[in-house]
Amino acid sequence: MTAQTRRAEFFTGARDTLPLVIGAVPFGIIFGTLSGSAGLSVTATMGMSLFVFAGSAQFIAMGLVAAGTVWPMIILATFVVNFRHLLYTATLLAHLKRLPPRWQVPLAFGLTDETFVVAVRRWSRRDNSLYKHWYQLGSMAFMYTNWNICTVVGLIAGRMLQDIGGWGLDFAMVAAFIGMVVPYLKDRPNLCAALAAGVSAVLFNSLPHKLGLIVASLAGICAGVAAQRLQGKSSSAAVQASGEH
Amino acid sequence: MEHLLMVAGMAAVTFLIRYSLLPLSGRIHFSEGLQRALGYVPPAVLTAIIVPAVMMPDGSEMQIEWSNPYLIGAAVTTVIGLVSKNLLVTIIGGMGFFMCWQWVLKAGWL
Repeated sequence: MTAQTRRAEFFTGARDTLPLVIGAVPFGIIFGTLSGSAGLSVTATMGMSLFVFAGSAQFIAMGLVAAGTVWPMIILATFVVNFRHLLYTATLLAHLKRLPPRWQVPLAFGLTDETFVVAVRRWSRRDNSLYKHWYQLGSMAFMYTNWNICTVVGLIAGRMLQDIGGWGLDFAMVAAFIGMVVPYLKDRPNLCAALAAGVSAVLFNSLPHKLGLIVASLAGICAGVAAQRLQGKSSSAAVQASGEH
Repeated sequence: MEHLLMVAGMAAVTFLIRYSLLPLSGRIHFSEGLQRALGYVPPAVLTAIIVPAVMMPDGSEMQIEWSNPYLIGAAVTTVIGLVSKNLLVTIIGGMGFFMCWQWVLKAGWL
C-alpha cells in the first residue's frame, strides 16, 4: 500500500514535469552541440551536465569559455547566476527540513528551475500525502536523465550537423520559462512582481557577472510584496468575501 | 586540467547554493511576511531571465523590432499560454511559431 503511494507520487512528479522535459530537449541538445565550437572538451561538457546540472549556468559558462574567461571568474559567474536557487531552497525549506539528509542531498542537487516550479505546487497542495518528496524526486530524476541524454545527443549531432547552432533551438528555454510564468500572472501582486523584475533585468543588464539577475529578482519580489500590501489595504474585505486566498 | 577545475568549482558552488540552508534550517525561522515574499520568487526570477534574453538576444543591444524573432516569439508564446492554459501547448506552440517566424525573416518577406 505505502509502496504503491510512493511509486504513484514518483511517477506523477515525472508526468507533471513532462512538458518542461520536452522544453529542455532542444536546449540540452544545443548545449552539447555548441560546446565543441566554444572550446569545451567532451569530458568538461558531460561533467557539467552530470555534476552541475544547471542549464542557464552551463550556457553562460560555455559562452565565457569561448570568450577566453579565466576559470575563477566562470565559477564566480556560476555563483551569481545560480544564487536564485537559494531562494528556491528557502521557499521549500519548511517542507524539506523534515527530511533526513539522505533525501535532502539529492533533492537539493536536483533543484532546477523546472523541478522547483513543479514541486512547489505539489508541496503547497493541502492533502495528507506523506510522500511528496517522492514526487519531487520523480520530477528531478526525469529532468536529469533527459538533460544528460540530450547533452550526449547534442555532442554527437554537433559533429554531424555543422549549422545546428543557427536553428534557434535556444528559444526552447524561453518558451518553457514563459510557460512556467504565465500561470502566476493572474493577480495583481504577481503581475507587479513579474513586471518589476523584467524591467529591472533590462535596466541592470550591464552589471558585471550577471549580477543584474539578482538585483532584478529582488526588485520583483519587493514589488510583489508592495502590491500585495496596497491591495490588502484597499480590498481585503472584498477578497475575503469572495472566498479566494 | 583548467576545465576540470572549472567544472568541479561550478558543481560545488551550485550544490552549496541549493543545499546550504537545509542543515541550518533548525536555526532559521522565516517570519510570515518573508514566507509570503518568497511566494513571488518564481514569477520574479523567471521573468528576470526571460526579458533580457528576448529583448537583447545578442546580450547588449535592445532590439525592439519585428526582425527580432525572440521578442515576437516570446509575445506570441505568452498569448498562447494565457489562452491555452496548457504548458505543453505553450512550449510546442511557441517553439513552432518561433521557427516559422525565423523562416519568414530568412525568406525576406518582411
